[in-house]
Amino acid sequence: MAYLELKNVQKSYGQGIGSQSVLQDINLEIEEGEFVAIVGFSGSGKTTLINLISGLQEPSSGEILFKGTPVSGTSHERGVIFQNYSLLPWLTVYQNVWIAVKETFPKKSKKERDDMVRSYLDMVNLSPAIDKRPKELSGGMKQRVAVARTLAMDPEMILMDEPLGALDALTRGKLQDEILHIWEKNKRTALLITNDVDEGIYMADRIIPLLPGPNATLGPEFKIDISRPRDKTELNDNPEFKKIRNEIIEYLMKIGHENDSSNESLYLLPDLEPKDLRWDFSSKLKLS
Amino acid sequence: MENEFAPADIMLDLQNLKKVYPTANGDYIVLEHLNLQIKKEEFVTIIGHSGCGKTTMLSMIAGLNPISDGKISILGSAIRGPGPDRGVIFQAPSLMPWLTAMENVMLGVKQVFPHASRKQRADICKYYLSRVGLEGSFHKKAAALSQGMQQRVGIARAFAIKPKVLLLDEPFGMLDSLTRGNLQDVLIEIWNKEKITAVMITHDVDEAIFLADRVVMMTSGPKAKIGDVLDIGFERPRTRKTVIEHADYYNYRKYLIDFLEH
Repeated sequence: MAYLELKNVQKSYGQGIGSQSVLQDINLEIEEGEFVAIVGFSGSGKTTLINLISGLQEPSSGEILFKGTPVSGTSHERGVIFQNYSLLPWLTVYQNVWIAVKETFPKKSKKERDDMVRSYLDMVNLSPAIDKRPKELSGGMKQRVAVARTLAMDPEMILMDEPLGALDALTRGKLQDEILHIWEKNKRTALLITNDVDEGIYMADRIIPLLPGPNATLGPEFKIDISRPRDKTELNDNPEFKKIRNEIIEYLMKIGHENDSSNESLYLLPDLEPKDLRWDFSSKLKLS
Repeated sequence: MENEFAPADIMLDLQNLKKVYPTANGDYIVLEHLNLQIKKEEFVTIIGHSGCGKTTMLSMIAGLNPISDGKISILGSAIRGPGPDRGVIFQAPSLMPWLTAMENVMLGVKQVFPHASRKQRADICKYYLSRVGLEGSFHKKAAALSQGMQQRVGIARAFAIKPKVLLLDEPFGMLDSLTRGNLQDVLIEIWNKEKITAVMITHDVDEAIFLADRVVMMTSGPKAKIGDVLDIGFERPRTRKTVIEHADYYNYRKYLIDFLEH
């Protein structure tokens, strides 16, 4: 039995004639300890999928089983790192993480909780901003608070909805490593949603494309047979990396273009040259 | 750098370019001793770290930012301010949100084709909008289009005025990486036909290789200049498949990543 199992999951919004199907025929099995990445285009229903698995939303039909039991509502066992950070604006950085730790570990002492909050905030380099409120933080900093908050809860399954999209390359690389470290050390199960193929290959055991919606469904999976720990700089020389990266990119580009209209123009371009306005244009334009 | 091209082949020439911003603590030199020649029909991409002055350089070529010292010429004559001989595609689509896709493209077309008939001008707009895959959206307001579609309008708008040089400032930087790949294909397909000399800034190493004849690497500021240049020997027209499967591809990629990491 798989750790997480989605059987014929379908989700639509609205009722009757106006109803819009977002996800359809979603079948997915994730084993305990696995790291799976789902790669998809904007607007293909990735966030809906995460919401269904976390229990924030219910499928219209089909079944989601977590450790053999149907998912009903949210649980500390499945922690989510949201794309839109979802911080509480009236709490400080410290309090945002602390409130999650307090909920998850009610039996720990005050001191233990304080240590946990501080160490996770230190991990994401936010110690100097510990007393700031979300509105005083940049997008990247908010994203890091959200990562610290979820990892501090040490959930059995980490669900990530494009968690690192807003970060610069350096911070992004660092947080990828931190997430991998915690996943490996604590033997967690992870599901990452991303639009970055390189991120998926670096982190995951399997990559599954989510095909463009409406009626989005999962495509054929790509297994990443690269031993861990993986090294970003060495990956570029790894023949397996090159092979799988090319396969995935080609597959996704092909899918992307199926949605595109043809590039052949129906219109004829008049055979005209533009007027050379260089000199009279600059003199007419007063630059101040 | 030596002047390696015959003068008649040079479209864009940056000579000893310098840019200084005055600050309270004295002058801040963004760029200095920057020399770059770009041939006719060449596609050059520029990579470098954030804040190295890439955008400053591009906006000086566009004529939107005054030059502190040195010279920029197009086909041998020095530029004076902005003009329709240089089309710019910005990172944010920068369309007029209250105008339709057609009307946005028409703004520039009207300026440079005063001698065309009304029908001819409309045909130019329609031609380029359909080349970028927007047949169905001529009359949609810019505000109603997705970001990827807005950027397609931006591409059509830039090509429609038939500039001598196309300047692109991270045009796909705000898009997700899959949409970005799509738009690279759209851009290169239309470029293959028009062969307009292009200078494009990007952060994305794969994008830099796929599009360019040469990748120019800028050193980090202050006093940024050109650190290195990599010739990309792939034949044109290129497809993504042949490019990424080429034996040199991952060598080029490694070369550029190494430059950025050191």
